[in-house]
Amino acid sequence: MRRHLPFLSLVAAATVPFWVQDPYFLNTFITTGIFIIAAMSLNLLLGYTGQLSLGHVAFFGIGAYTSALVSLGFDVELFGGIRVVHEPWPVWTGIVIGILVAGFFGYVVGKLSFRVRGAYFVIVTISFAEVTRLIALNWVELTQGPLALNSIPPVTLGLPGLGYYDFYSKQSYYYLVLAVLAVCYVVISRLVHSRVGRAMVALKENESLAVSVGIDVTRYLVLAAVVSAGIAGAAGGLYAHYLKIIDPDVFLFVYTVTMVIMVITGGKGTLAGPVVGGLIFGFIPVFSRSFLGPELQWIIYGIFMILIVFVLPQGIVPAIEKWFSSRNPKPAPLPAQTQVVETP
Amino acid sequence: MAEFLQHVVNMLILGSTYALLGIGLTLIFGIMRIVNFAHGELYAFGAYFVYLVAAVCGLNFFLAILVAIAAGCVLGAVLEYVLLRPMRGADIDTTMLITIGAMIVMQNGEQYIWGGVAKSVSTPFPATPLVIGPIAISWLNVFAFVASLTLIGASYVLINRTKLGKAMRATFQDRDTASLMGVNVQMIYMATFAIGSALAAAAGALLGPIYVITPQMGNIASLKAFAIVILGGLGSIPGATIGGFILAGAEEIGAGYISSGYRDAMGFLIIIAVLLLKPTGLSARVERIG
Repeated sequence: MRRHLPFLSLVAAATVPFWVQDPYFLNTFITTGIFIIAAMSLNLLLGYTGQLSLGHVAFFGIGAYTSALVSLGFDVELFGGIRVVHEPWPVWTGIVIGILVAGFFGYVVGKLSFRVRGAYFVIVTISFAEVTRLIALNWVELTQGPLALNSIPPVTLGLPGLGYYDFYSKQSYYYLVLAVLAVCYVVISRLVHSRVGRAMVALKENESLAVSVGIDVTRYLVLAAVVSAGIAGAAGGLYAHYLKIIDPDVFLFVYTVTMVIMVITGGKGTLAGPVVGGLIFGFIPVFSRSFLGPELQWIIYGIFMILIVFVLPQGIVPAIEKWFSSRNPKPAPLPAQTQVVETP
Repeated sequence: MAEFLQHVVNMLILGSTYALLGIGLTLIFGIMRIVNFAHGELYAFGAYFVYLVAAVCGLNFFLAILVAIAAGCVLGAVLEYVLLRPMRGADIDTTMLITIGAMIVMQNGEQYIWGGVAKSVSTPFPATPLVIGPIAISWLNVFAFVASLTLIGASYVLINRTKLGKAMRATFQDRDTASLMGVNVQMIYMATFAIGSALAAAAGALLGPIYVITPQMGNIASLKAFAIVILGGLGSIPGATIGGFILAGAEEIGAGYISSGYRDAMGFLIIIAVLLLKPTGLSARVERIG
């Protein structure tokens, strides 16, 4: 049963457009899906390598801006009068390039900042995100600054011999997001269940021990950062082509905080955690918006975050797993790879 | 030349309040090992408190600043007691999440109570600035500078000359031994957080009337405080003082000679550069405070 749970959830999620007709709800499903992808990428760093990246929104925003700019085209003058003119390219190439560029920045940040750990790593990542936000705000020639990038084209997919298919309707975009989510889930799942994933967890649990048995710390941490940043970039690309408008606010710290809340509520270091947390926090605004202003909603998020840390520090998914295994007289062998034991 | 001198004067004034902000944060990090994201919100709290007392209640401006500092101190003590004391011994990421939660609640609380519109406080100072040769300084800035320097001096005295300061230094060096020597470590933690918060509130109370007061002012203040603390070396008060002036200088130069849009980027570039080149900060003596 448990082994098939991800697949069953996927099938259940695939039926959503059949019983959700309301465009607002479908919109919520789509944005929630995009944020779940972003939260999954954060979880790879936070949950599996134990590195709290509080600048994660930078990769999301870089993916969004790169993808939008590649598909819109741009014309900028760099230092020394060098002119870079880019003609619009197909949207799917934009998303792919967005993933690559985000992954590249993941490599740079990972390579540079894993020299510093703990509190310093957190602060470097925040600084990185703020610098990218300020660049998006001030490099008006490229990004339009606060005026935002407008009329970003929708995703179209050209299949050889089958013509073009565009993801313009909400239903089709929902399936696109779901497909990307499933692919990212599989990628992360394969990664953390492999040698690499075990090395990452070993680093998180006890770094000096891991080093002493020959695990190359920087290599695995940088690998995690690249994959994580690339997936966040994919989520950003989906976001840009869905909203069709993107402004520097996409780099705001609150989006990182949203991802962090999703991951720690659902359960960091579990594959299902970001999905569960993402669904909870994606849908809270749906129910709360009728009687709560945005400030009160954020106040509740903040209190929720503190309460989770106090009451359920491991998150919801590990708590449920523990509850299930305590009910079964013969505990089924835990999927050790998804159950990451906290060091006391 | 006149323009340069004006930048230097601005740097001194801005730097003195940044130093206050940095000293508060470096005390909290150095002694308690807590990365306090709520620090900037205490800065905003100080500014809003001045607005409340001086503009809403119409009381004396100087009294308002003193009340704001006292209120910051009390709020810091309460936050420590309610949120951080139960989490003593938790790892640094856990307490960081709690301070982020506190930051979100406080910032949106300000937004909820005061609205998103920027507030300004009228001050009793004359509108004509103090003119010395080619440079002009408003009297409010002069007051903020003198008050900040006084508070910086007071924190040096507190750390180096008082019994409480000695206990704080002892706790910083070795918590367990300090405890064995009869230092009430719980009390020291609470005092540290309260003093750090009071300094942040003081910085907000002094800078708020100079600029405008918005619910978002705390965001950037927290990050700037981190920049200062990292620049000076975690836990070093002289480092934080110098770091405050360096950050202010970098911002003035960045805004004046490069582009005003990148003013706030200077702090982050400093963080990234310092951490990559000299991760212990400019002050090598990270094992001591004072």
